Amino acid sequence: MSDPLLKVEALRIALAGNRTTYNAVEEVSFEIGRGEAFGLVGESGCGKSITALAVMGLLRPPLSLAGGRIVLDGEEIHDASAAEMRRLRGKRIAMIFQEPMTALNPLSPVGRQIAEMFVLHEGMGWSEAMDRAEEALRQVRVPSPERRIRDYPHQLSGGMRQRVMIAIALACSPELLVADEPTTALDVTVQAEIIDLMAELCAAKGTAVLMISHDLGLVANMCRRVAVMYAGRIVEAQPAEAIFKTPRHPYTRGLINSLPRLGERSRRGRQKLQEIAGTVPAIAGYPAGCRFNPRCPEATDVCRVVPPEATPLPADGLVRCHHHG
Amino acid sequence: MAEQPLLALDDLAVHFKVGGALAGGVRTLKAVDGVTLDVKPGECLGLVGESGCGKSTLALAIMGLIPPTHGHIRLDGVDLGQRQRLETARTVQMVFQDPYASLNPRQTVRRTLADPLRLHGVTDRAELDTRVKDMMDRVGLRPDHADRYPHEFSGGQRQRIGIARALILKPRLVICDEPVSALDVSIRAQIINLLLELKDELGLAYIMISHDLGVVEHVSDRVAVMYLGRIVEQGGWQEIFENPRHPYTRALIAAIPDPFHRAAVSARAKAKGEIASALNPPPGCHFNPRCPLKADLCVAEVPTLDAVAPGHRAACHFRDRTG
Repeated sequence: MSDPLLKVEALRIALAGNRTTYNAVEEVSFEIGRGEAFGLVGESGCGKSITALAVMGLLRPPLSLAGGRIVLDGEEIHDASAAEMRRLRGKRIAMIFQEPMTALNPLSPVGRQIAEMFVLHEGMGWSEAMDRAEEALRQVRVPSPERRIRDYPHQLSGGMRQRVMIAIALACSPELLVADEPTTALDVTVQAEIIDLMAELCAAKGTAVLMISHDLGLVANMCRRVAVMYAGRIVEAQPAEAIFKTPRHPYTRGLINSLPRLGERSRRGRQKLQEIAGTVPAIAGYPAGCRFNPRCPEATDVCRVVPPEATPLPADGLVRCHHHG
Repeated sequence: MAEQPLLALDDLAVHFKVGGALAGGVRTLKAVDGVTLDVKPGECLGLVGESGCGKSTLALAIMGLIPPTHGHIRLDGVDLGQRQRLETARTVQMVFQDPYASLNPRQTVRRTLADPLRLHGVTDRAELDTRVKDMMDRVGLRPDHADRYPHEFSGGQRQRIGIARALILKPRLVICDEPVSALDVSIRAQIINLLLELKDELGLAYIMISHDLGVVEHVSDRVAVMYLGRIVEQGGWQEIFENPRHPYTRALIAAIPDPFHRAAVSARAKAKGEIASALNPPPGCHFNPRCPLKADLCVAEVPTLDAVAPGHRAACHFRDRTG
């Protein structure tokens, strides 16, 4: 990709244990173009959320950046100072979290929390900033924003809180929005609304999205390209349509085939779900070679010894499997 | 008369008193509000709804853990209140959502599985041992792990322990409350397959509570959709998923992202806004503020759960309008 907005290269994140240090994430590379929505999918513990935190410069001990580069718009930010990152966060890159109740300040009215963005990053006075906050609430379709700006987070429903989070994140029209499981805590019908809202606002502002989720279906709907992570590594990346039609990694195939899909039973009758054997390995017990090999139906001797290299696929895709053929 | 249902709920209501003098007076929260439903032996009933719709309260009432405010819960035709507690426990059991929170961390698997047997009069050591090990084997756990503690197992294995505990007394009805939603995605298929195998093998009836419509469609024989304490639609799984008659059911189905048909969701089917508080539900049809078909009638009158086809009922004034 020529001139991407965000470039993550050979990212390594270390987790300091009692005696040893583990690599919680390694060899993670991806690029996100301007205005592009990119999805990072995986199960709990695969390293997707800490990858997002690394991009935000929010890794804290026992986690630390141990290698690789993070480049935003041609500028290296992985070694930026705390002050530089503070100027960047909220202004050029913003983040929304899974649980809006814990991400919002319970002691401050939501209007003030939005207005803060304009005061801090755009040097606005408070009264003008409050007007802008009301406008921002209107944009995320919170009903009667003129009253809602005075509400505290506990007075809002889960969906409304997440709308407030989106309003804060998009207040300064950032170039990149990092969304970590933004709808997991919400009901399904509300989830659909929030995803639509995010997609619409980001498209209107030209904001690129790094969407983190365990839900492959949700990510594929919202994002143009998707990367699948397993045990700290990206095992496959492809355009969203391709990853469902022609998944190349056995883990991706397993994920897609293991979930009951709406309408499938009507079409083909009840089929036994395909299981992925075993369980996700713990970080202290990552197997040698390909980390998926103990659970993989196609594993051979080479998989147990040699970690597979990334093989490029069309459209900036990749697959990390010895038997991807 | 058809075969006697294993479980029959008759106009069941569970109301809670909340608040007090300091919180602006006592108010009534109608968590379950007039639910009539039955489950036949060996049948899987899917119970769908969003958080706060009352589906978990309904489950606890069936388990005898919350007394109903009015209406009846009958097991094998006998009112729950008239039955012996232990006898009920041998008929209905429950599998919980979170296998981390629902197992006693200080009890070995053996103790977790043997205690109910002891309570129900099995005292012979050899028999206890055999039944514990048989059950572990049946749910896919290694019997030689009987003396391990919950923390020594993975999430999926823990849920297998939870299932074994529910089945050890050979119940005929198992209430599964979101049995896979706390598990890793790659583990869910294992547990769903196991539950279906056990159902066929042991002739179990399930109430499968879930917000995941893919799972519900896969496992259910019949489906009931709940909204703010009331059943808004019920019917055979195929009827519900292919010919949904309540706008809320349509909204639930439309909200599922279908990765194979991107953005094919009909905007008309989507629900607006969020579920209202059960403390202050909208008048008439509870769904009316979010409904694309809303009319004056919907505010004035509560729709009854009436038949739209054999075995298929919907509580909507416009149940004959499809789409």
